Amino acid sequence: MKTLHKFHGGVHPPEHKAESNGLPIAAAPLPRRLVVPLRQHIGAPARAVVKVGDRVLKGQMIGAADGFISAAVHAPTSGIVSAVDLHAVPHPSALPDLCITIEADGEERWIEHQPLDYLAAGRDAVRARLRDFGVVGLGGAVFPTSVKLDPCALKIGTLVLNGAECEPWITSDDRLMRERAAEIVEGIKIMTHLVQPEQVLIGIENNKPEAVAAMRTACRDTGFQVMAVPTQYPGGGEKQLIQVLTGKEVPSGGRPANIGVLCANTGTAYTVHRAVNHGEPVISRVVTVTGNVEKPQNFEVLIGTPIGEVVQLAGGAKTGTSHYILGGPMMGFDLNNLATPLAKAVNCVIAASPALFPPKPAAVPCIRCGQCAQVCPCSLQPMELFWFSQSRNFDKARGYNLFDCIECGCCSYVCPSHIPLVSYYRFAKSEIAAQEREKRAAEQAKARFEFKQLREEREKAEKAARFAEKAAAAKATAGAEGEDPAAAAKKAAIQAAVERAKAKKAEAAAQAAGQCDVTPMAAVETPAESLSPCPLPPTGEGDLEPLRDGSLNPTESP
Amino acid sequence: MSSPHVLTPGSSVSRIMLTVLAALLPAIAAYVYFFGPAILISLTLASITALAAEAAVLRLRDFPVKYFLFDGSALLTAWLLALSIPPLAPWWLIVVGTAFAIVVAKHLYGGLGNNLFNPAMAGFAVLMISFPSFMTHWPTPLTLAQHTVGLGDALQVYFSGGLPGARLDAVTMATPLDTLKTQLSLQHTMDEVKRMPIFGTFGGKGTETVATMYLLGGLFLLRKRIITWHTPVSFLVALIAISAFFNSVDASRYATPLFHLFTGGALLGAFFIATDYVTAPVTPRGKLIFGAGVGVLEYLIRVFGGYPDGIAFSVLIMNAAVPLIDAYTQPRVYGHNTGATP
Repeated sequence: MKTLHKFHGGVHPPEHKAESNGLPIAAAPLPRRLVVPLRQHIGAPARAVVKVGDRVLKGQMIGAADGFISAAVHAPTSGIVSAVDLHAVPHPSALPDLCITIEADGEERWIEHQPLDYLAAGRDAVRARLRDFGVVGLGGAVFPTSVKLDPCALKIGTLVLNGAECEPWITSDDRLMRERAAEIVEGIKIMTHLVQPEQVLIGIENNKPEAVAAMRTACRDTGFQVMAVPTQYPGGGEKQLIQVLTGKEVPSGGRPANIGVLCANTGTAYTVHRAVNHGEPVISRVVTVTGNVEKPQNFEVLIGTPIGEVVQLAGGAKTGTSHYILGGPMMGFDLNNLATPLAKAVNCVIAASPALFPPKPAAVPCIRCGQCAQVCPCSLQPMELFWFSQSRNFDKARGYNLFDCIECGCCSYVCPSHIPLVSYYRFAKSEIAAQEREKRAAEQAKARFEFKQLREEREKAEKAARFAEKAAAAKATAGAEGEDPAAAAKKAAIQAAVERAKAKKAEAAAQAAGQCDVTPMAAVETPAESLSPCPLPPTGEGDLEPLRDGSLNPTESP
Repeated sequence: MSSPHVLTPGSSVSRIMLTVLAALLPAIAAYVYFFGPAILISLTLASITALAAEAAVLRLRDFPVKYFLFDGSALLTAWLLALSIPPLAPWWLIVVGTAFAIVVAKHLYGGLGNNLFNPAMAGFAVLMISFPSFMTHWPTPLTLAQHTVGLGDALQVYFSGGLPGARLDAVTMATPLDTLKTQLSLQHTMDEVKRMPIFGTFGGKGTETVATMYLLGGLFLLRKRIITWHTPVSFLVALIAISAFFNSVDASRYATPLFHLFTGGALLGAFFIATDYVTAPVTPRGKLIFGAGVGVLEYLIRVFGGYPDGIAFSVLIMNAAVPLIDAYTQPRVYGHNTGATP
C-alpha cells in the first residue's frame, strides 16, 4: 500500500452526506422541453448544427466542437428543435447564453449506437470520439476530456482518478461509484490506453467506505489502486488530491501533466466508457438533489432539464426554502432562475433555507488572526490578498500569488470577521484580466498604428521612386544614356526597408502561433468571457490564446 | 450571495476576544487573592474608559457604534493594560493610559485591525515615561503587609490619593524584579537577595502564582486554537536561553531562567501580549522570529536597562518590525519552487 501525503490546511465542515446517499440513483422522467446550452465546457462553445424546425434523434449531435478546446453537445431526447437562442444557463454570472431548445416527442428514438473498439482504433480516433460525444470533466471544471487525455509530448507516470467528492452535501460520485464501479473501471481502462501511465491511483475520501469497497472489487486484477484519503476539504481539489496521492505539487501556472500526472473525475471515466464502448454521448448525468427538499436523493437527469423540475424529482422544496445552490456549499453558486437547465457541470442542487444556511453576519475589519492562512490549501496568505484586493493594489496581490488561489473558500469559511474573502479575490482576478485585456488592446493599437505609419512611409517612398523612375525615363528618352545612380540607391534602400518590415511581421506571427501547450481560460468559478482575449489580434493568433498569468488551471473543482 | 455559503458556526471576532478575556480570569482571581481587591478597581476603571473612548471615536469616525463597541477588542486592551500597571494608583493614571491606548494607539492608526503598535503596551509606555514614580509602587502581598487594604481603602487610594491611617508606602513596594536589580546594584549577592521575604519559591511571592495562572490561561488559548504555539514557545525559549546563558556565566549576579519566567510580565507577555493578532506577524516563521525577539529584548531591558521590566518596550520595538518580518517570512506557496516547471 502506498503511503499518503498531506496537503496544507483545509477545513472539515459538517458533511451532510447521509441525507442523500442512502437511496440508489433514480432515473428521471422525460421532461416536455429540454434546453441544451452550447457552452457546457471550458473553451470555445459548440457550434449549432441544427436549426429551428429540425427533427432530432436522441443522442444526435446538435452542436459540434468548434476549435481544439471544445466539445460537442447532443440532443438528450428525440424531438423538434424549437429555438436556438439565448437562455438562462447555470453559470455564476447569471448571464444568458446560446442554447438549443428541443420539444420532446416522447418517443425517445435513439441514433444508431456505434461502439468503438478503442484498442483497434488509433488513439486520435478515440480522442475524436470523446470530443464528438461531448465528454468533458464532470468534476466541475468541465474541461474537454479529449484535450486532457492528449498530453502532447509529456510522459504521464500517474493517472489519478478523483472520487474524493469533498464538498459537503454532494453524493453523486459516491452513488455512481457504489452502483456502477465496473463501468467506471472500463472507462479508466480506455483512459490508460490513451495516456499509458505507469500507475493508476483512485482517490476516494474515507467517508465513503461503500464506494471504496465497490471500486476495490471492480479494480481487482486491473492493477489500479483504490486509496481511501482523509476526509478534509478540499481534498478533492485536483492539486490537493495529487499532492495527497503522489506527494508532488503541480507547478504554479502549470498543469498536472508537467509533473507527469493526469487527473480525471470518476464520473468522467463513466462517460468515457459509455461514449466509447456503447456509442452513447453525454446526454445525462447524476445529480444530487438535497437540502430542504422532501426526499433527498440522486437522480440520473437528462442534460437540459429545467432545474425546477429536477427539484420536483426529490418531492419538491419544503417550506422555508429561500433559494437554491448549484454545486456544493463551499464552491457552488446561487441559482436565480428555476428555468435554468441542468448542464454537464451541475452535480448538485441544494434547496437552501435559513435554517440550513444561516445568513452571513456583516463583515468586520480583518484582525489578522491568520486562521485563513492556517487553512489555505495553497499556503497563500489570504489576509494579504484581501488587503491588496480591497485597496485595488493588484500588482501586490499578484505578487502574493493571487492566481494560485483555487477559490476553495476555506479562508472565508473560517474568517471570524466574516469577510467574503473569495469574492475579493474574484474581483481582483477579473480586474487584472480586464487590465490585461486593455493593455493588450493598447499594444495592438500601437502595432497597428506603427504599421500604418510604416506603410504610409513606404507608399510615399514608392511614389517618390516611381516619380524618379518616370523622371529618369523621361530623361533617358530625352537623350541622356545611363541610369541615375542616386535613384537606384534610393530604390534599393526602399526595397530593403520593405523586406525588413515583412520579416518582422512574419516573426511576430510565428511567435504568436506555434504553442502546443494550451492553458485553458478559466475554472468553472470564473466567467470564461471575463478571461477570454479581446477580438483577434492582427497577428493571427489562435482562437484561444493562453492568457499566461491571467488564466487558471484546468482544476477539477473540488 | 457568493460561495462559500457556509461559515464556521459561532466563529466571530467578539467570541475570540471574549475567550481571551475569559482566559485572563484565573490570573485575576489569583491577583485578588494575593494582593487584594484593588486590581478590580483598576480593571473597572480601564474598562469604562476604554468603552467610552471607543464609543466616542467610533462616533467621530461615523462607524456603527453599537456594532463595534462590544466586539471585545477595547475591553481586552483595557484589561491587558490594567494588569500591566500597578493597582493602588490615582484613578487618572489608568484612565490616561487606557484613553491613549484606544484613541491614539488604536484609532489614530486606523482602528481595529490596522494599528501598528500594541495599544495596551503603547498605553503602558506612555505612563512609564510620563509618570514613572507611580509605575514602580506595587501592592505588597497581603501576607507581608502590615495593613490589609480592603475595597474601601483601595477606593480611597484611587480617588483621594492617600490611605487614612497608613502611608501608601506601607502597602506598596517595588516588584521582585526591581528589588533584585536594586539589591544587586548594592553589591548584594543573589543568595542574599533571594532570602528577602518578597521572593517566593521560584519568582516573587504571589506574582509567581499569578504568572502560573497566565500560563494556564495561555494553554487554554492554545487548546482553543485562538493562538498558535509559535510565539509563546519562541518567546519563552529565547528568554530561557539568554537567562540560562548569563546565569551560567555568573549565577551570583544573574537570576535563573525559572525566576525570569515567573516574574514580571514574561508569561502575560508570552501568551497574551506578543500573541496579539493585529500587531504581531501572521506567518509561522515570522511568529518565531517575533517571539524570540521579544524574549531577548525583554531580558536585556529588565536586566541591563533602566526599567524594572521590559515587556512593553520589547513588544513595541518588535511591533515596528512586523511588516518587515511578515514580508520576509512568506511561506512557500503550493506549486512554487518545487523544481518542476510549467
